[in-house]
Amino acid sequence: MRGMSLIVQTVARLVAGMLFLFGCYIVLHGHLTPGGGFAGGVLIAAAYILVSLAFGSVENVEQHRYTFSSVFESMGGLGFVLLGLMGYVAGLDFLNNLWADYGTPLRLVSGGIIPLANVAISMKVGAGLFGIFLALGASRFVMKD
Amino acid sequence: MIELYVLLVAMLAAAIVAIEVKDLLAAAVAMGIVGFSVAIAFILVQAPDLAIVQIVVEILAVVFFAAVLLRTTHRDSTVSRRITPVMVFPSVVFGFFVVLFGVIVAIALRELPAFGSPAMRVAGEYLAIGMEQTGAANLVASVILDFRAYDTLGEAVVLFTAVVGVLTVVRQLGRKEDKGREE
Repeated sequence: MRGMSLIVQTVARLVAGMLFLFGCYIVLHGHLTPGGGFAGGVLIAAAYILVSLAFGSVENVEQHRYTFSSVFESMGGLGFVLLGLMGYVAGLDFLNNLWADYGTPLRLVSGGIIPLANVAISMKVGAGLFGIFLALGASRFVMKD
Repeated sequence: MIELYVLLVAMLAAAIVAIEVKDLLAAAVAMGIVGFSVAIAFILVQAPDLAIVQIVVEILAVVFFAAVLLRTTHRDSTVSRRITPVMVFPSVVFGFFVVLFGVIVAIALRELPAFGSPAMRVAGEYLAIGMEQTGAANLVASVILDFRAYDTLGEAVVLFTAVVGVLTVVRQLGRKEDKGREE
C-alpha cells in the first residue's frame, strides 16, 4: 500500500492517537454513557486504518498486521463466550451477570460483567473491521485487471 | 417532527442518486449522505447510542468503499444497459407485488399505536428495575449486555461470519491460479 501526501501524514500523526484514546474511553464508559463496545471498537479500528492509509506499508508489515488482527478478533469472541460460561462456574445461567451488586452505580467499576463484555466486543469488532480493511485494501489481495 | 420528514426526503433522493449515477465514487458519497442522515434522525428521536454507532460505522463504510474504488475502477458498467423484452415480464410482476405490499402495509399501519406510545410493557419494566438489577447506569448497555445478552452473542457470531465470508471471497493464499486455469 502506498502512503499519502505530507499534509495527510501530518494530520494523521496528530489525530490517530486521540482517535484511539477516544475509542478506549467510549468502550470503558459504555455502561455509564452512550456508546459501548461496538462504537468504541469501530473507533479503534478507524485509528489503525487511518495510520495504514496515511503512511502505507510493505507486504511483510501487512501480513504481520493481518495476523495481529485475526488473533485479536478470535480473542474477543472467545472472551465473550468465556464470560458467558463463567455463569455456569458460579452456579447460574449462561451469560448471567455476576457481581452485579458490587460497586456503586455511576462509578467506573460497576455493572458486573457488562464492562468486561464491552471490552471483549470492542476487540472483536475493531480487529474484525481492521482485518476486512486489510483484505479489501491491501496490495496482496488486490485483483489485477 | 418536520425536520425528520425533510431528512427522509433527502435520504430518498440520495439513495436514488446512488443507484443512478455512473461514477461509483459519487455513488459511495451519496450512500454516505444516506447513512449520516440516518445518524441525524437517530439524534432527533433521542437515541444517542445508535447515533454514535451509525456515525462511526458510516465513516468506516465510506472509507472502505473509497479504498476499494481507488484501487479498482470508477465506472459502473451496469447503469446504461438496454431494456430487453425478457426483462419486461419480471419487472411487471415485481411492480405488481410492490403495489400490493404497499396497500397491505397502508391498511396494517392504521392499527399501530401512535408514535411514542409503546405497545408492550416490557420496556417500562427495564426502565424501572434496570439500574438496580445490573448496576449499569446506561440502560442501553444493561439491556444489550444483560437482559438481552444472547442477542449480542448472536450479533458477534453474525459479524464473525461476515468477516470469514469476506476473507474467503478475496483471499489469494490458498488459490493456485495456474492450476485453476488448466482445469
